[in-house]
Amino acid sequence: MVRPKTLYEKIVETHTVDRIDEKTVLLYVDFHVMNEYTSPQAFAGLREADRPVWHPEGHLAVVDHVNPTRAITSLDDMTDRDARLQIENLGRNCDRHGIELFDLFDARQGIEHVVVPEYGYALPGMVIACGDSHTTTYGALGALGFGIGTSEIEHVLATQTLVYHVLKPMRVRFAGDLPEGVTGKDMVMAFIARAGVAGAVGYAVEFEGPAISALGVEARMTICNMAVEGGARAAMIAPDDRVVEYLRGKQHVPKGTDWDAAVAHWKTLRSDRDADFAKEIIIDMAGIAPQVTWGTSPDQCVPVTGRVPDPQSLGEKSDREAALRALDYMGLEPGTSLTEVPVNHVFIGSCTNSRIADLRAAARVLQGRHVAPGIKAIAVPGSQAVKRQAEEEGLADVFRHAGFEWRGSGCSMCLAMNDDVIPAGERCASSTNRNFEGRQGRGARTHLMSPAMVAAAAVTGHITDVRDLMRETNLEKV
Amino acid sequence: MPNIDTDVIMPKQFLKRIDREGLAEGVFHDVRRKDDGSLRDDFPLNQPRYKGASIIIGGRNFGCGSSREHAVWGMLQSGIRAVIAPSFAGIFFGNCEKNGLLAIAMDEERVEDLANRVSNAVDPKLSIDILQCEIQVPDGEAISFDIEPVRRQILLEGRDHIEVTLSKAAKIKDFETSHARAFAYLVRRG
Repeated sequence: MVRPKTLYEKIVETHTVDRIDEKTVLLYVDFHVMNEYTSPQAFAGLREADRPVWHPEGHLAVVDHVNPTRAITSLDDMTDRDARLQIENLGRNCDRHGIELFDLFDARQGIEHVVVPEYGYALPGMVIACGDSHTTTYGALGALGFGIGTSEIEHVLATQTLVYHVLKPMRVRFAGDLPEGVTGKDMVMAFIARAGVAGAVGYAVEFEGPAISALGVEARMTICNMAVEGGARAAMIAPDDRVVEYLRGKQHVPKGTDWDAAVAHWKTLRSDRDADFAKEIIIDMAGIAPQVTWGTSPDQCVPVTGRVPDPQSLGEKSDREAALRALDYMGLEPGTSLTEVPVNHVFIGSCTNSRIADLRAAARVLQGRHVAPGIKAIAVPGSQAVKRQAEEEGLADVFRHAGFEWRGSGCSMCLAMNDDVIPAGERCASSTNRNFEGRQGRGARTHLMSPAMVAAAAVTGHITDVRDLMRETNLEKV
Repeated sequence: MPNIDTDVIMPKQFLKRIDREGLAEGVFHDVRRKDDGSLRDDFPLNQPRYKGASIIIGGRNFGCGSSREHAVWGMLQSGIRAVIAPSFAGIFFGNCEKNGLLAIAMDEERVEDLANRVSNAVDPKLSIDILQCEIQVPDGEAISFDIEPVRRQILLEGRDHIEVTLSKAAKIKDFETSHARAFAYLVRRG
């Protein structure tokens, strides 16, 4: 009798090349994604050791982290010489080894975790690795995606495998239906607030529940993407018909009878009914409101209806100290209502929330409205393809008329490796995934939230419950 | 302090190179400085008594956040050889393994005790014996720690991890053949 298995265990099993010890396997990597800033030293190592790339077709490289989002026509227009060198270096490395590259001026360019699903490179049941922690994104398609360091990038290039420490399976069930005005972003933020940033360390998380099934695939990507902030090094959702429809017709998906065979296989990609999970959390959707972070860690997060907590009220001494430090950095007083917190900047973008569904959600809030005086607002679509689609749908016009700068695509202000930087002491409402000290610029103050919530903050000039804002509009319309 | 993230350990301005050089400067670069760029007196690594430190005692979930291996390279370049903490984030832990930076996980109470002993000692010295799996503390006591035998072996032998895997090249090729048969649709797509 075969032991019931979780989805995670099934994928690990079908990709185990060799068992190294009781916790470690040699894991085959179906697809490997690279960017310009974590791969250089891996390619250099390969060259120094005089090793070839094991399987050049098994990789895709994308320029996304260091590039400017203001339009340029050639690399000569780049003022950051180091960034330029990284981009050129990636081009040389891919050329040398015959690896496909979406460089800066490629029509397919964008944030790696946006373009990989767009072109059908990520499929259910695959193992996908990338030198970026948000590789968990592909879990939304039922793939095992996870981040690796540069030394591991070199290992994948040389062997198409990884020495992989197997995780324990964890189930996170969202009970109840998705309330009005609550999005995938709010769901994952609520999970992180509940579990803590280390809650899923050592675990592969599987999300399920009616609210998950009700979400579109892009919202599921948001959840799997940001789950890494809860410590999860794998985050998956069993693929269903929505995933099949999402993938249908995309450029690199199987075709013809191969497609039928693939879909038949994907239907088996779910945890067995009696599979054992080492840890389980149930999150009741009824209590969930749009979420906002107040501190410098993604778990320092409350509903927008809540208040900045009093550090003294926290149980653990280290949590109290961390909260005190965070409040000092963020310039916030305990007890302050989140909706009283003014912002200077707003940013819609990042691998978490920059897909077409996210832009549509923000545009619905911005329609017929304008950003508040003094607010600097930028929208960075997740890819050139998302940008084109948004322009065709008229969303770009909505953003521009509302006073947003409409930019080219890249990671941009999420981590400010390019020139999209928040000045010290200034506050940004951001649809990104990390609010660490200095993330968006030295001394920058980040408040994480959903794209619709960012749009609401843009309009009022302070953190705002988007549900209230939209209700007001509807009343006015009547 | 729990949750010391890799943005704090190695800020973004140090991620712009194509080599591994010059990263010592980046270690805790922003948090150890005041707004005017001068070094803070209250940051441990800036204090004379901790000058040349090769062991860091950290909080739980050390190294969380971004996958940047530059954090580990920088720490090694600045002379750090080991980190002792209640727990480590997954990717960071793997990066430590790949670079010979010893990451020791110990119960939070024992880490705190160790930190207190070091803070209170006139001469804050620890010595780590990886063969005996013991930490020698200032007052002479030895505290034992756990490390998985495989990891310990890797640290001691310092073998090239890629070379080890390439010795299994035949197994990888065999796997690819059977994998292609089982998931033919995966292999044939354009």
